[in-house]
Amino acid sequence: MNDMTPEGYTTADGRKIGGVVMEMKNITLRFGGVVAIKDISFDIRQGEIRAIIGPNGAGKSSMLNVISGFYNPQEGEVWYKGERRPPMKPFEVAQQGIARTFQNIALFEGMTVLDNVMTGRIREMKAGLFSQAIWKGKAEREEVENRAVVEKVIDFLEIQHIRKTPVGRLPYGLKKRVELARALAAEPSILLLDEPMAGMNVEEKEDMSRFILDVNDEFGTTIALIEHDMGVVMDLSDRVVVMDYGKKIGDGTPDEVRNNQDVIDAYLGVAHD
Amino acid sequence: MFYREAGDFKTSYTEDNQTFPIKFDRYRYYAVLVFAFAVVPFVINDYWVNAVFLPFLIYAIAAIGLNILVGYCGQVSLGTGGFMAVGAYAVYKLMTSFPDVSMFIHVILAGVITAVVGVLFGLPSLRIKGFYLAVATLAAQFFLVWLFNRVPWFYNYSASGQISAPERTVLGVPITGAETAPWAAYLFCLVFVTVCAIIARNLTRGMAGRKWMAIRDMDIAAEIIGVNPLKAKLTAFAVSSFFVGISGALFFSVYLGAVEVGEVFGINKSFLVLFMVIIGGLGSIFGSFAGAAFLVLLPVLLKNTLVGGLGWPTDLAAHLEFIIVGALIIIFLIAEPHGLAQLWRVTKEKLRLWPFPH
Repeated sequence: MNDMTPEGYTTADGRKIGGVVMEMKNITLRFGGVVAIKDISFDIRQGEIRAIIGPNGAGKSSMLNVISGFYNPQEGEVWYKGERRPPMKPFEVAQQGIARTFQNIALFEGMTVLDNVMTGRIREMKAGLFSQAIWKGKAEREEVENRAVVEKVIDFLEIQHIRKTPVGRLPYGLKKRVELARALAAEPSILLLDEPMAGMNVEEKEDMSRFILDVNDEFGTTIALIEHDMGVVMDLSDRVVVMDYGKKIGDGTPDEVRNNQDVIDAYLGVAHD
Repeated sequence: MFYREAGDFKTSYTEDNQTFPIKFDRYRYYAVLVFAFAVVPFVINDYWVNAVFLPFLIYAIAAIGLNILVGYCGQVSLGTGGFMAVGAYAVYKLMTSFPDVSMFIHVILAGVITAVVGVLFGLPSLRIKGFYLAVATLAAQFFLVWLFNRVPWFYNYSASGQISAPERTVLGVPITGAETAPWAAYLFCLVFVTVCAIIARNLTRGMAGRKWMAIRDMDIAAEIIGVNPLKAKLTAFAVSSFFVGISGALFFSVYLGAVEVGEVFGINKSFLVLFMVIIGGLGSIFGSFAGAAFLVLLPVLLKNTLVGGLGWPTDLAAHLEFIIVGALIIIFLIAEPHGLAQLWRVTKEKLRLWPFPH
């Protein structure tokens, strides 16, 4: 990646990537005596697919939780859209336009698919309680307008047929897709995906990969994802951060990372002599 | 055969968003409304109003209120009796302080006052969940009853410590007091039930309801997608207490007329309303009605058949009632945790396909 400039770079497949959206500067996160993340810095650029990989317990999910405001790091700074982000509650981070999915699906089981996806529109729906109570004016208008956006996402992810089904009744693969739909409905500036392919068969993985690429392509959404399936990661992502034991051991394009000796050591182990 | 979605095409999101998307449901709902407003008031007498209709309507409001909190937002509350007492005492103080104002306004204001009190007692819900929250609301129940017993200002320093409703009118028709006509009391409560049910339904199908249900189903995920848990929980407490307060106000002023707080709004009342919600169906407006109807009608029915029909002694019938209600609650919790509303939903699913199930 020789053409890396502050304004952006061009990927191997010719997509133009923009400037830095989010930058993590020297993040350190501790739980008591355990250091989950140690002095990690990296950036996420406009429009790119950024992967975070690493062996189990490397601190990938903790990193995602730092980005989504679930954990506040003891040291380091999070910069978002050119501003330093003060410590925030998760719902405030969400309102800034950062949406995420979870490793273990975190959908609202008692609600229908449609209602679940509609919750993603929470930032846009600000009608007061009174307007909602009489279902007139702003509330009714918002319901219809946002329903149109949601239907577009539902259409995009091909889940029209289960629109009115309670989520609790759906199989695993579809639930993952609904969760992605909910995150997408928010029209996020950064979409965080925590193991979007975990527990899927090959076919479902292919579907999901296609959706991720399409989302990035069609909406220009910046995506940061954690994934264990190396084939998928190397195919999908533009740049990869590799973590091991809370430290960053590699950062670069898939090819650079693949040939990085530290990364190979971390995954395959090193002979002790 | 007659209950069909097929052929009932929606061409706009507004149509799809309506409360009863299926035509048959919609017409049945209008029919029930017309019957309740235009037929029932002409045929009911004193017995029917006081034994069946008033308690059913008033408990339905309380059940809707509690259902919003427990069924939709997932915050268990055992303070319903206490909050009903707040509504009752609020309306009493308003009635005696401003005799010329319409009862409509008094009852609504009583609901607003209860909403404020509900928010205060809802504050602990931000820190504690489940059983522990139930115990915290139990504190509200006992504290409020104690407060109304001990502070004479609330019962206007009356010698008995009771409160009793003076005669007040709406549009010149007496609604409270001894002169009230059965149909007037019935209609007054019916208007409140209808409006409350519509408001509750609108809130629960809109964004407020989605936020509540998100908190109920998975509070961490709700927060991650941008629900402010503080606001969502407190609005649930406020709206719920508003309804419960209205029901308490009506219970005292229209139904009973005179109230001794410890007896009427004790912990038993909290449990009764909670049972209505559980038997009726958590997270369903229809369930609130079904639960209220069930627990109001069952004793009347048992009493009429056992004492009136079979000639059993009254105390035996009363004890049998306890056994039956208790057993039913256990059976419901095991067999159909989603209550009567779920049975109704399953019936409707079956009906949609009947008579060709494939």
